[in-house]
Amino acid sequence: MSILKDAKDLLQGAVQGAMGKAVAIAPDSWMPGGEPDPLIAMRHGHVGRPHSRIDGPLKVSGSAPFAAEFPMEGMAYASLVFSPIAKGRILEIDTTSAEAAPGVLAVMTYVNAPRISPPPVFLSGAKAAGGDDLPVMQEDVVRWNGEPVAVVLAETQEQADHARSLVHIVYEARRALIDFAEAKAAGSRTAVFMGEPLHLEIGDADKALADAPVRIDSSYSTPRHNHNAIELHAVTAAWEGDTLRIHDASQLVAHTAWSIAQMFGIDEKQVVITSPFVGGGFGGKCLWQHQVLASMAAKLAGRPVRLVLSREGVYRIVGGRSPTEQRVALGADREGRLKALVHSGTTAKTASNMMAEPFIVATKSAYASETFKLDVRAVELDMLANTFMRAPGEAVGTFALESAMDELAEALGIDPIELRMRNEPEKDPTSGLPFSSRNVTEAWRAGAQRFGWDRRDLVPRMVRDGEWLVGMGCATGTYPYYRMPGGAARITITSGGHATVDIAAHEMGMGTATAQTQVAADRLGLAMDEVTFRYGDSTLPGVVLAGGSQQTASIGAAVSAAHGALVKELLKIAGNDSPLAGLKPDEVASRDGGLCKRDEPERHETYVSILGRARQASVSVEAEAPMPLETQHWSMHSHAAMFCEVRVNTVTGEPRVSRFLGSFDCGRILNPKTATSQFRGGIIMGLGLALMEETQFDERKGRVMNPSLSEYHVPVHMDVPEIDVIWTDIPDPHTPMGARGIGEIGITGTAAAVANAIYNATGRRVRDLPITLDKLL
Amino acid sequence: MTPFRYSRATDVADAIRQSGDCNTRYLGGGTNLVDLMRETVERPEALVDVSGLSRDIEELPDGGLLIGAGVRNTALAEHRSVRTRYPALSRAILAGASAQIRNMATVGGNLLQRTRCAYFYDDDGSRCNKRLPGQGCDALEGFNRNHAILGASPSCVAVHPSDMAVALAALDGVVHLHGARGERSFPVADLHRLPGDRPDVDTLLEPGELITAIELPPLPFAARSTYRKVRDRSSYAFALVSVAALLDVEDGRIRDVRIALGGVAHKPWRAFKAEEVLRGGPPRAAAFTAAADAELADAKPLAGNGFKIELARRTIAAVLGELAGETA
Amino acid sequence: MTITVNGAAVSLPNDPRVSLLDLLREDLHLPGTKKGCNQGACGACTVLVDGERILSCLALAVQFEGRSVTTIEGLGMPGALHPLQAAFVEHDGFQCGYCTPGQICSAIGMAEEIRRGVPSHVTSDLSSETIALSRDELRERMSGNLCRCGAHNGIIDAIAETFAPKTALAEAAE
Ligand SMILES: Cc1cc2nc3c(=O)[nH]c(=O)nc-3n(C[C@H](O)[C@H](O)[C@H](O)COP(=O)(O)OP(=O)(O)OC[C@H]3O[C@@H](n4cnc5c(N)ncnc54)[C@H](O)[C@@H]3O)c2cc1C
Ligand code: FES
Ligand code: FES
Repeated sequence: MSILKDAKDLLQGAVQGAMGKAVAIAPDSWMPGGEPDPLIAMRHGHVGRPHSRIDGPLKVSGSAPFAAEFPMEGMAYASLVFSPIAKGRILEIDTTSAEAAPGVLAVMTYVNAPRISPPPVFLSGAKAAGGDDLPVMQEDVVRWNGEPVAVVLAETQEQADHARSLVHIVYEARRALIDFAEAKAAGSRTAVFMGEPLHLEIGDADKALADAPVRIDSSYSTPRHNHNAIELHAVTAAWEGDTLRIHDASQLVAHTAWSIAQMFGIDEKQVVITSPFVGGGFGGKCLWQHQVLASMAAKLAGRPVRLVLSREGVYRIVGGRSPTEQRVALGADREGRLKALVHSGTTAKTASNMMAEPFIVATKSAYASETFKLDVRAVELDMLANTFMRAPGEAVGTFALESAMDELAEALGIDPIELRMRNEPEKDPTSGLPFSSRNVTEAWRAGAQRFGWDRRDLVPRMVRDGEWLVGMGCATGTYPYYRMPGGAARITITSGGHATVDIAAHEMGMGTATAQTQVAADRLGLAMDEVTFRYGDSTLPGVVLAGGSQQTASIGAAVSAAHGALVKELLKIAGNDSPLAGLKPDEVASRDGGLCKRDEPERHETYVSILGRARQASVSVEAEAPMPLETQHWSMHSHAAMFCEVRVNTVTGEPRVSRFLGSFDCGRILNPKTATSQFRGGIIMGLGLALMEETQFDERKGRVMNPSLSEYHVPVHMDVPEIDVIWTDIPDPHTPMGARGIGEIGITGTAAAVANAIYNATGRRVRDLPITLDKLL
Repeated sequence: MTPFRYSRATDVADAIRQSGDCNTRYLGGGTNLVDLMRETVERPEALVDVSGLSRDIEELPDGGLLIGAGVRNTALAEHRSVRTRYPALSRAILAGASAQIRNMATVGGNLLQRTRCAYFYDDDGSRCNKRLPGQGCDALEGFNRNHAILGASPSCVAVHPSDMAVALAALDGVVHLHGARGERSFPVADLHRLPGDRPDVDTLLEPGELITAIELPPLPFAARSTYRKVRDRSSYAFALVSVAALLDVEDGRIRDVRIALGGVAHKPWRAFKAEEVLRGGPPRAAAFTAAADAELADAKPLAGNGFKIELARRTIAAVLGELAGETA
Repeated sequence: MTITVNGAAVSLPNDPRVSLLDLLREDLHLPGTKKGCNQGACGACTVLVDGERILSCLALAVQFEGRSVTTIEGLGMPGALHPLQAAFVEHDGFQCGYCTPGQICSAIGMAEEIRRGVPSHVTSDLSSETIALSRDELRERMSGNLCRCGAHNGIIDAIAETFAPKTALAEAAE
């Protein structure tokens, strides 16, 4: 079928138009998800139960090993020297005193570094993982302020860190383009995201806006952000013969193995990446220079190398979220129905990456406007490549859009929830596709009731409590369902009836290991302790990215496919003496430790019995997930109704969030305990985004000036109120398990809910993040 | 970190003897010094550990307190006499850093902690006159939201980050020093310098001089004192502006008052002008604002910190208002 | 020159630059204590020294001669968890688990501070001998431990459940 052949290209955005239409109009039954996953109907299994994390005891006792915690024989410690200029050349490097310092084993610079190819940049190929495509320590050229220019290897970390300060480098600085305003003046280009231009026009939005009886037209800005996972990026790397073994902290082990193999010109099987535990990712734990430099240094020195980035180092060489300047203009009739929706603006990227912060993506399917004009432009700066950070696009885009909706509600004198309801679309307003499952109205209703929204004063500045003004605000959060190609899994069942599921997936705290064990147990008809879920190892099957909130779906589809193959294989070896004899695979389901006829559960045989009779120690199958065509056939999105109560001090302007509620519509919730944590975690990062987070980029030199957790503020315990989380739990009939991802949606809408609450409290509209007290004085 | 020798002082005399060479530093809790050594901002050749010395808080016959320089921040904040007689000091300490850091940090080290200016910290990539005199100041036209509005100079606009020192300045604390040339003491409010053209010199301490104790004079009205810190997050953040104040009201008149500001200058800023305006006057909101205005009349904003003037003005007035309310 | 770690005497490093954190993680192979910043800014490296919580990243190991250090490994292991560790699992007081050992050690040190009557920034009456164990008190006192995954609510729940009933202060507040 040509649909399937071209699907890969389609999903990478290379082919548009005709192909996409063919998938859109094809019958549902041709699609993955055309038939609801049987697990959706299963209501009394492990899925949906609040299991505590299976790796919990390891984590709370400090015995879960992270990347920097794998000791290796003869290991050397590395320390990096970073460039203090944004652009130019290295004229001179003097490493003599560093080399002479006690304990130093080698100093690697572009002069003596092993020759390797540049990294394949993320999105340039199925397994490309690089944050950029720049050569790694290969030449005398400097391309950003903070680029590594030397690696010092020593017997101890203290020795390496000291010798690092003894490396003398003379630079010739060139004029760099690092000032956002200057770059904009010099010209921007239409940005591209996942192969698609970030530009869309439906009807004549400018005219509709001009003609609309009510309109608002506002500008918003958001600063740079860093992920700031508490675990520092770290790697322990060793060459074992021709094989490169890397203990990494990674959210894409298979991509990393392939990409590093490309760089070193070796087979991808010769690179083994393991990452059993990751101390937070949020988009930041991908392939940056540290893994490559450690591997090069290990080769140069002939010893295993441990490289733990300093916190400053993380800021210097791991990209973050780019700044945005956005305009949202809304035109509506007097009842609030949107006539025009304009969302446009500019962001910054580099010439060496393929990632422009796509802040309009959420706007595409948010509201039923008659006309649309959506546009993201990008400028390219001489800086460290920006990258994906929790809900790239949506996190900052919804701040602008949902603030604007609040402004429009105010202009119309309509309750902001009511305004959103009046613009609820029946089908996707820009693609025209049907929604797979959209219950945002239900989320609003339940949330408003629980939060006590009816107690909110429509007029700002009405509620005072001592020195504090109190206000409430709301906003819609949204994040799409994604599933990327490449998912594959292996299931092995032993004659003892124990199943192992192998997939190169990741556990960064999302609860993957726990939730997927629940899913696998249900899918296989086993108890939780009869299933082992193995992940975090590039030698396992599948190319699975823990990103885009797609890992759950990706694993789900792969394990489901492997389960299909398992049933086939088991029926084959069950033979004619089995009660299952003669049944076709699609007539058979897993249940009670074995297989049975779907509509005749008594016709059953256990795995133990099947394998025992066949005298087989185990059976092992591997299968690939189908291409994710469902995302081209339905419009698939999660939603959240976010409610915030804020207090603003009338003396000092200090804003503090006192209550928060997220009411989610994210399909079926696999594990309420870990899901609650995911939702809250996203919301808390959203509170940081709203009130305090900013990477200070000195535009004179292109240097990050707050590379520290004391100067880059993330919320502390005292900033975090009790966060209430509820959900619709309505399964999406077209996704594996009926679930949609939940990792990113929490950060969307949150900043707008805070800003809208601050407006309600103070009458002051802040359109420029973060909303620090100086903006409220 | 540059290699260094480590030794532990057995007593004050031993410490001073060991510090003979001027590239030696005293080590308190290490929470600032170790950090700065890691950043190569500080590169001492030897550390003399004084964290085990002077760990007592002594009640003085005159009703004052003598606080050993090695007293941990937590121990000082939780001391009963401090809590009841000098509450501003407890509050200031508890508003600073985190519980873990307060358990480590010493009184001496807290007073002598260095600025958190980002350009000062960035030994590898920024210019800073405090780090390297004559190099230039990247903060002047850079990120200076946290920087000084009072007493700054063209060569340095950094602020002193200590909360505790602000309360001590308001409470008329006296710092006792011991050096090769003997002992001396002067008010905490005079300990730190303004930057002038020597921002590399933070204090009046001579090389090798050791802080041995802080003395709090008996100030009965200090029982009515408080500390308010304004910051970007609710906890674990340095002050944008802070105010320590004591107010003595009798018969509807302000008999005496002490005010010190944090986050606004190169030193804990004792607001003598504001005190002057208030003394003898009525404890009214208008007077508080007028006093704040008098103190801030000379304030000079930088591109990023103009808001601090208004913030300081309001915070001073609010703190005095709170104290007046309490005394009423 | 020795230091006691989880009950065992070990020798101090020769290089005085070695932090207590690196001594634990690199020399003693006790990586349960985490490095999140090495700047004193995150709390991941929190350990107990003679029962008091401190940041091991800013502590030079040599300064702690003769002292007794307890790390997360000394509190409990899978199968024999400390009640607070078990409460963290029950209340999902973590996600990635990286800040977790620091949070747990910090909370244990905090409980002792509260028992001793140490006030905090949010204690309204400084002269009071006892501390009312409100959520605000717990949140303020735990603010030196960052969690980027956002497990704050679960952490406070776990701590409240473990310690609140036991402190004299909570009783006093009743
Ligand atoms: C993340 C973070 C947040 C912080 N937040 C705050 C805050 O909000 N408010 C605040 O006030 N502080 C804050 N601090 C700073 C903290 O209070 C100081 O680091 C601490 O008080 C320093 O005390 P110490 O004993 O550890 O000093 P050390 O680091 O040991 O010493 C500091 C300096 O004092 C010198 N010294 C020490 N003792 C003596 C002595 N007896 N005589 C002469 N010289 C001496 C040392 O040589 C060194 O130069 C923070 C620190 C960190 C890391
Ligand atoms: S590692 Fe010690 S505070 Fe972050
Ligand atoms: S659990 Fe990940 S940082 Fe706290």
